[in-house]
This record gives sequence, C-alpha cells and structure tokens, in this order.
Amino acid sequence: MDTELLSRIQFAFTIAFHYIYPPLSIGLGVLLVVMEGMYIKTKQKIYENITRFWIKIFSLIFAMGVATGIVMEFEFGTNWATYSRFVGDVFGSALAAEGVFAFFLESGFLAILVFGWKRVSPKMHFFSTIMVSFGSMLSAVWIVVANSWQQTPAGYHLQNNNGVMRAEITDFWAMVFNPSSVDRLLHTLSGAWLAGAFLVLSVSAFYILKNRHVDFGKKSMKIALSLAVFASLFQLFTGHQSAVGISKTQPVKLAAFEGHYETKSAPLYLFGWVNDSEQKVNFGIAIPGMLSYLVYGDVQTPLKGLNEFKPEDRPPVNIVFQSYHLMVAIGMTLIGLSFLSLALLRKERLFKSKLMMKILVVSVLLPQAANQLGWISAEVGRQPWIVYNLLRTKDAFSKSVTSGGVLFSLILFTIIYALLFVLFLFLLDRKIKHGPEESSDSDSVYSEQRIIFEKNK
Amino acid sequence: MELNIIWFGLIGVLLTGYAILDGFDLGVGALHLLTKTDEERRITLNSIGPVWDGNEVWLVTGGGALFAAFPDVYATVFSGFYTAFMLLLFVLIFRAVAIEFRSKQESPRWRSAWDKAFSVSSIIIALLMGTALGNIIAGIPLGQDKEFAGTFIGLLNPYSLLIGITTVALFMMHGAIYLVMKTEGALQEQARSWVNNTIIFFVICFVTATMTTLIYYPSMAAHFKEYPYLFLIAILNMLAIANIPREIHKGREFRAFLSSASSIALLLVLFAIGIFPNIVASVPNPENSLTVYNAASSQKTLMVMLIIAIIGMPFVVAYTYIIHKVYKGKVKLDETSY
Ligand code: HDD
Ligand code: HEM
Ligand code: HEM
Repeated sequence: MDTELLSRIQFAFTIAFHYIYPPLSIGLGVLLVVMEGMYIKTKQKIYENITRFWIKIFSLIFAMGVATGIVMEFEFGTNWATYSRFVGDVFGSALAAEGVFAFFLESGFLAILVFGWKRVSPKMHFFSTIMVSFGSMLSAVWIVVANSWQQTPAGYHLQNNNGVMRAEITDFWAMVFNPSSVDRLLHTLSGAWLAGAFLVLSVSAFYILKNRHVDFGKKSMKIALSLAVFASLFQLFTGHQSAVGISKTQPVKLAAFEGHYETKSAPLYLFGWVNDSEQKVNFGIAIPGMLSYLVYGDVQTPLKGLNEFKPEDRPPVNIVFQSYHLMVAIGMTLIGLSFLSLALLRKERLFKSKLMMKILVVSVLLPQAANQLGWISAEVGRQPWIVYNLLRTKDAFSKSVTSGGVLFSLILFTIIYALLFVLFLFLLDRKIKHGPEESSDSDSVYSEQRIIFEKNK
Repeated sequence: MELNIIWFGLIGVLLTGYAILDGFDLGVGALHLLTKTDEERRITLNSIGPVWDGNEVWLVTGGGALFAAFPDVYATVFSGFYTAFMLLLFVLIFRAVAIEFRSKQESPRWRSAWDKAFSVSSIIIALLMGTALGNIIAGIPLGQDKEFAGTFIGLLNPYSLLIGITTVALFMMHGAIYLVMKTEGALQEQARSWVNNTIIFFVICFVTATMTTLIYYPSMAAHFKEYPYLFLIAILNMLAIANIPREIHKGREFRAFLSSASSIALLLVLFAIGIFPNIVASVPNPENSLTVYNAASSQKTLMVMLIIAIIGMPFVVAYTYIIHKVYKGKVKLDETSY
C-alpha cells in the first residue's frame, strides 16, 4: 500500500477514535454545570452526590480526549506535510487560537474541577465547572472553523511562496466566518450535547432498572432529558441548515448524499443502495420532490446532479449515501425517544416502564454512531479534495515519509488504541457499577465549606 | 522589531514555558521508581496530579503556534522526524494513561506495572526531545524542496544523544527540587539527596555537551563572538546552576526551584541565539536552511497571531498562577487523589 492510502487510513482511524471522547466531554460538561447549579441553589446532598459522581466519569473521559487529541495536533505535520505548507498561513492561526484560548482554560480549571472539591469554596468550584464546559465548547469552535475553511475556503488568496503555491490569509474574519462554519459548529455542538445527554440517560436508566440509587437515577434523568429534548430538535434544525448550505457551496456533496445523478427535481430517500455504475438507487423508498422542496421550498425546482461534475471530482457515492442516511435516521429516532420519554414522564409512567428503561440503557450508542457517521458524510463527501476545489488529497501527504514508516505507526496506533479502549471501558464499567456515594446522613460539603470559608473571610 | 523575529521569540517563550513546567513533572516521573512504598509513590504522583495536563498544553500550543507562524518548519521537522515523533506520541499517550489508571486498582501488580510505564515514558519523552534539539543544533540534511533528506538512524547520532541525556539530567534535577518543595519527612530527606546527585549528573553532562558543541559546532558561538556582552547570559546561567545547592542547603526550596527554572530558560535562550536566524539549518547544503524569513507565514498572519497572543497570554499566565496557588504547599492525599 502507498503512503497516501496508509496516511488516510491512519488519519481516519485516529480522528474517529479521538472523536469518541470530545462529544461526551462537551455534552457532560454542560450537564455538570446544570447539576452543580442545582446543588448550589438547593444545597441538597443528593445534588452533591450527582455532581461528584459525574465529575468522576467526566475526568476519565476527558483524560482519554487529551491523550488522543495530542496525536491529532501533530498528525497534520507528520503525515500531511504538503497540506500543512499549503494551509498553515490560513488556519494555523485557528489551531494556535484553540491552544491559547481553549486548551489552557480547560486544563487549568479541570485541575480545580477534579481535585479541588475541598480546596476551594463551592462558588469557586462552580465557576471552574463553568469554565471547563465553556473551554471545551470554545475548542470545538476553533477546530470546526479550521475544518470548515477546508470545506468552504474563504478570506484567502493563492500566493507563490518560493516556487510553491500556498493559501495566504487576506481577511481573518472572512476565514473564521466562512460560508459553512456557523451551521457546522452549531450542528457539531448539538451533536455533542446529545452524546452527553444520552450517556446520563443510559446510566440513570440502568440504576432505575437495577433498583439501586433510584433517587439519584431519577434526578439525573430529568436533567439529562431536558437537554435531550432540546438538542434533538435543534439537531434537525441545524442539520437542515447545513444541507441547504451545501446545496450552494458543495452541490456535488449534496448530490452524493442523495445518490442524485440527473439534474432534475430531487426526491428524498428514506433508505436505499446506490449502484454507481448504473447510476441509480436500488431498493429505495423515496418521497418524490421532497429534497427540492427542503432546499428550495418547491418540489419542481431541479437540483444539480452528479453528472454535472467530472467523474474525478466526485466522492465515493454509496459510502456517503449510507452514512448520511443512517445519521438522519438516528436523528429522527433520537427525537422520537426524547419526546416519548417526556410524554411518559408527564404521565408519571416513565420510571415504571421497564421497556423504556431498557431502550434508554442501550440508546447511548446512537448519538455516538451518528456523530461518527456525520463526520464520515462530511469528510468523505469532500473527497477527492483535501481543501475543497484547491488541493487534492493525493497531492497533500508528506513526501519524506515512507509507506513502511506509516505502516509501522498505524500498527502501533492500532495496538495502543485497542488497549486504551479496553481499559477505558473497564474503568467506566467499574465506576458505574460502584455508583455514587449513598450516605445522606452526613452534611453536604457545602455547609461544611461555608463555615470554613466564612471564618476565613 | 520585525514580526518574524518576534514570532521566533514567542515560540521560544512557549517552548520555554513547556520545558520549565513539564520539565519538573517529567523529572518527577523519571525519579518515581526510586520511591519504594505505595504511599510514597502516590505522593510523588499526586505532587504533579493537578498540573501535568496543563503543563502539556504548552507543548500543544507551541506546536500550534509553530504550525501557524512557521508552517514550513512544522511540516519539514514533523514529517522528517516521522518515526521519532510517532514514538514521542506513543510515550506521551502511555504516560497520560499511566498517571490516570495507576491508582484505580488496588492490586500491587497493576500498580507496579503502571509505575514502570509512567517512569520509563517520562525518561523517553525527555530523551527524545533533547535528541531533537541536538539534531537542530547539528543541522539536518534538507533538499531543495525543503523536505528532510536523511534517515531515522541518522538522527540518533552520538552528539544528539548526548544532548538528549543532558536534558534527562536537567529535568531530573528540576523534578527533584520540585519534590523537595512538595514533600515532607523521610520522603523529603530522600528527595534532598536526589537533588545532590542529579546536580552532579547534570553538571557533568552539561560541561561535556558545552565542550563538544564548541569544538564540533563552533557556529553556535558565532553571535557570541560578534556581541561579547551576550556572554553575560552564559555567566548568569552558571550562577543560576551554582545557586541551587546553596538554596537547598539553606532549606529555601522555592528559591532553588526558581534557580533551576531560570537555568532552563537561559539555556534555551543560549540555544536560540546560537541557531538564529536559522530555525533548521541544512547540512551539508546551507542554502536550503529554513530561516525565520523563508519559512514564515505572511506578515498578515503573523500580525493576526500576535494579536491573539497579546489577548490570550495574560489569561494563560493568570490560570497558571491560580492553579499553582490553589495547590501550593505539601501534598495531601484525599479521596479525589490519584
Ligand atoms: C467538536 C469538537 C472537537 C473536534 C472536532 C476535535 N477536538 Fe480535539 N478536543 C476537543 C474537541 C474537539 C475537546 C472537547 O476540547 C477535548 C476532548 C476532551 C478534552 O480533553 O478536550 C479535545 C482534546 C484535544 C487535545 C488535547 C488538549 C489538551 O491537552 O488539553 C488536542 C491537542 C486536540 N484535541 C486536537 C484536535 C485536533 C488537531 C483535531 C482535528 C483534527 C481535533 N482535536 C478534533
Ligand atoms: C472529529 C471529527 C472528525 C472526524 C470523525 C473526521 C473524519 C474523517 C475521515 C473519516 C476522513 C477520511 C476521509 C477519506 O480519506 O476518504 C477524514 C479526512 C480528513 N480530515 Fe477529518 N474528521 C474530523 C474532523 C476534522 C477536523 C476538525 C479537521 C481539520 C481541522 C479534519 C481534517 C481532515 C483532513 C486533513 C483529512 C484528510 C485526510 C484524508 O482525506 O484521509 N478533520 N476525516
Ligand atoms: C436529524 C437529522 C439530521 C440532519 C438533517 C443532518 C444533516 C447533516 C448534514 C447535511 C451534514 C453535512 C454538513 C457538511 O458537510 O457541511 C451533517 C454533518 C454532521 N452531522 Fe448531521 N444531521 C442530522 C442528525 C445528526 C445527529 C443526530 C448527529 C449526532 C448526534 C449528527 C452529527 C453530525 C456531525 C458530527 C456532522 C459532521 C460535522 C458537520 O459537517 O457539521 N447529525 N449533518
């Protein structure tokens, strides 16, 4: 295998592995703010238990995110040197901004969030929680901006730099607010909130099913459910915005999403299997004209088909068709689950329904899958370009790296990530089985701390 | 001053911040196996517990800033040192995981395995970084297309390894001083003896490395001959090192720590002056060298980044200060500790 292919496999593998953790950190971070906020407000021991339990889970997830994130930061240089020379002037600054603004904030306050429960006042601790949550979303901002620039470049010009072409920035804010960044950022963040919300729903449902920590489970579940209801709807809305956006900025991608070959009124498939050589979708069920309606508000308006583009400029159609449709299907399922749970809760039947609890236990996998599938749609849908319409993926890898070198690193990554993943699941499982502190007889730390800190003033 | 030179300096500041901060926690890691009981090992581990992650962010940000300010250097060095960087990534992951997982199980076998992983990976990280620095001093073969034209084995030359070992010694000394600051009782007595031994180890390496550099790479001294007052920096550096045993002897650990932090900073300043205006010198074809001018981003980007740095860095300093203040004093184990 050649260096290019191996580098692509390695990049896809390492980023997909990294992306297991950031959505959970971001989503759980938001919930921690709510949980600790309830604690500060009510001063009830149960909310202290809830907050402290989820902080433990959070710190494990966060550590995995950090360990796998450092790989990503360096991989642009190690495996995609030509690409780095091309884009460094434009989006290196977004990456640097991520470090300066977001990572320092996150990691600094994380120290207080995880180890500081008894060292600082409850207000200061709460402030740290907010800062960690804010920081993790800020890091999403910068990295998604960088990635969106790669999808829809703006605010740059091409310049000859000692005989090599590169993109140079002309307008920083046009680069930051390139045509796709806002849509994609909101969609990514909301996907992360769903990941966090369903993790909490799943663990809480598990406790309720097992009849352990029941009060804890119910209260955690209500908090998570509010986020799930909001985010699942917001996900549909922002996803729709993205689809309308790419109909203008990357029409070939949208055509691939729907397996749409001829330029004409476009149907919306619920599912199907694309036959690229015969240019049609087999076994599909479709709503005629629906895609045209969603994009243009009219079923008749023709939508550009794949045949308008040269074959060497098209992405692999079936992969993106499948990943895109699965993501949307999961999105609809999550809306259904969230609203069904809400309805049952209102009728006070939610916690009694064994079936619903069982479904919620496994539902944690759905947002995870949708997040991965979404990135596959977006990134594979961008192929064969690494920077859309400017630089092809096959021209972007490191010239001085041998295929043997990448094979070696790919094997090592596979081994170490497999090991990491097993350890992660093992510890997560143990933490969940161990459960939160139960004792409600002791006073909450809040009152203890308040006495200490008021004396100190 | 020109933006290119400012950015050369600012990347230097980020890497110095990294060397000082992660330097002590790598040093603590390197010394970790010298402690015997589980309690002692938990104390050494928790002395860096809340801060090691933040320390590593200096490296991440340094990498990001290098990407943005000198993309050609980022691309050439990272792809050229491919295998070395991959090894570095593996040990960084291993170390993070070892810290996180070590105390999660009671079993002595589990703990001793992670203790070894923690300590060995700390040593390898310092060694690899020092070796990379050594190669930058010595220069590496670059082609006309700015791509690295050498081999991985070529990077493991004796001179670079010597710089690598010197870095390990430096960090061990720095870490030992940090431990004296963070511990009490018998463990602190032990840490004091480590300070004495590591200072000797470091000074031997340092003198050898300096002599070798002056003999084999006299270009490193060129700027100093041109501007003799720069020798003051070298002298200050000697004084900072000499001050360490004095302060330790008087029981003023924090001042000893500041001394070793200053000596790390001064060493990097000497290094930066030595290589300037090259960032990566090409040997044997010096016309292919990457300099602060031909490897830089456009003036516009350097300006944007400068604004980002001016807004962001005061916050970074503030967080660093707050965290170290909250965790000031001797290590106390509680239920949230590792
Ligand atoms: C949508 C969000 C998102 C996306 C697309 C990515 N990351 Fe990430 N990353 C985060 C969100 C995040 C985070 C939430 O901020 C993490 C996860 C958990 C954590 O510790 O911070 C993180 C950690 C993290 C770290 C460790 C930071 C530290 O030491 O504290 C680095 C260096 C990166 N990431 C770099 C990258 C790069 C180069 C990416 C692209 C190729 C990338 N991440 C994709
Ligand atoms: C975290 C979420 C992300 C996921 C799951 C993801 C997924 C993927 C996948 C599956 C590919 C391989 C496509 C192919 O080769 O056909 C890819 C390629 C790529 N992505 Fe992403 N990506 C993510 C975020 C990012 C970000 C934030 C950036 C840049 C700032 C980025 C930059 C790239 C680059 C440079 C490639 C080219 C390598 C290649 O084409 O294989 N990705 N990504
Ligand atoms: C509800 C229906 C949904 C629709 C209509 C939708 C639509 C889209 C579209 C059009 C894109 C491509 C954007 C681009 O390439 O520029 C995308 C990407 C993505 N989707 Fe969805 N999506 C839906 C549900 C979900 C769900 C439930 C999740 C996760 C929980 C999710 C996570 C993602 C992610 C992570 C990306 C990649 C980042 C991006 O490009 O924005 N999506 N989605």
